[in-house]
Amino acid sequence: MKIGVLALQGAVGEHIQMLEKAGAQAVSVKLPRELEGLDGLVMPGGESTTISKLMHQYDFMEPVRHMGQAGVPLFGTCAGLILLAGHIEGLDQAHLGLLEITVRRNAFGRQRDSFEAELDISGVAEGYKAVFIRAPSITETSPHVDVLATVADQAVMVRQGHLLGAAFHPELTEDARLHRYFVEMVRESKATPTD
Amino acid sequence: MTDQQQGLAKGTDRVKRGMAEMQKGGVIMDVVNAEQAKIAEEAGAVAVMALERVPADIRAAGGVARMADPRVIEEVMNAVTIPVMAKARIGHFVEARLLEAMGVDYIDESEVLTPADDKYHIDKSQFTAPFVCGSRDLGEALRRIGEGASMIRTKGEPGTGNIVEAVKHMRQMMSQIRKVQNMSRDELMAEAKKLGAPYELLLEVHEKGRLPVVNFAAGGVATPADAALMMHLGCDGVFVGSGIFKSESPAKYARAIVEATTHYEDFGRIVQLSKDLGDAMPGVEISTLEPSHRMQERGW
Repeated sequence: MKIGVLALQGAVGEHIQMLEKAGAQAVSVKLPRELEGLDGLVMPGGESTTISKLMHQYDFMEPVRHMGQAGVPLFGTCAGLILLAGHIEGLDQAHLGLLEITVRRNAFGRQRDSFEAELDISGVAEGYKAVFIRAPSITETSPHVDVLATVADQAVMVRQGHLLGAAFHPELTEDARLHRYFVEMVRESKATPTD
Repeated sequence: MTDQQQGLAKGTDRVKRGMAEMQKGGVIMDVVNAEQAKIAEEAGAVAVMALERVPADIRAAGGVARMADPRVIEEVMNAVTIPVMAKARIGHFVEARLLEAMGVDYIDESEVLTPADDKYHIDKSQFTAPFVCGSRDLGEALRRIGEGASMIRTKGEPGTGNIVEAVKHMRQMMSQIRKVQNMSRDELMAEAKKLGAPYELLLEVHEKGRLPVVNFAAGGVATPADAALMMHLGCDGVFVGSGIFKSESPAKYARAIVEATTHYEDFGRIVQLSKDLGDAMPGVEISTLEPSHRMQERGW
């Protein structure tokens, strides 16, 4: 099983380490051709404005959207969640537009409002220490989307079939439970091809 | 409800250092107004540093360089959605408190400004806002981290467009890290004494083989090749001070430096993106600088 980590900018190395800890082979992806043969893709935290510009510049949008539409599991954290979202408050256009949610960028405020909190993530992990950095929140979800965790009454983790999104940074802690959950999603998707 | 009732812990080391982790592989650009901030954001900068003057102009102006006018910083904060950093003078904890009160995302306790304290740096651990500090070697970096810095950058020699000092500082840092990593544990206390570094942090470097925080390049980056060079030497990302807006075509330079930082190993690509950029910022030969004009000497 080979999982890619989009490596245009942000916390790439941490995701690779965590995926390896969770038992997957992980590779960094800097060019669209490196998407070939991947069983799953993680879009890391970083600056969503920067990552989305570089994705457009290097023609990543179409191939990643195709992967998502073809049922390849995708996991977006923080900036990655914003990339996956169907609607972004204040912007006319979504980036990948795969997850049927609306996100609000910097929903909790500027860096001084960034925080750690303990989450109970439904069906995944209890007492999970999550790090929120200038984090987005999920303000709307379609009926196809399951909200897995909330903090301060805001949805911060969702799953829609093979798509997983978190407003926080599972790559910044030592706790590999979320990465194991995603690796399991990839394993299941390989066992039951959708197309 | 209060943060505590909601179980939110703000300003922790993990939150402050994590913010810098999110900047990795990116370029942070100096800007002096909203228009420049937008050019930087449009080019793909991961953050901007709001200043009244870029280092080359500070150098040219002479006199005492202080924290920027809050109005300039606010203007930049209102113009972009990426994080905004700003500089306080070394030791000037009130300037730092003002920046924190304004909601600046990262504070640079910077040798580019005239130091306000000739003995002590700011006790950065007391702040919710994270700090970045310059350093020339491992001891200096660990002293700053000991005081609470969450991000380190090379000092280089700001405002010169000359990469030689940043290279020197990064090579020194990496060489010292390798040495400490390979030492036996019983040699570390004497090494801590020699470097003037907190023992516990040196122990962490010994165990992990890296600094406990992110380390960026700064002080002399003028071209896409300069940025890529610093990435090859082990930097996590790049600050560009005067290099963007003192060049002939800032938007082109900004975009090219961002791309060269992302694809620092792809030399064919850097060739392509380095074509027809126009003149880089004018450079300064370091040996022509009076010792008293060397900003890197500031900091203790």
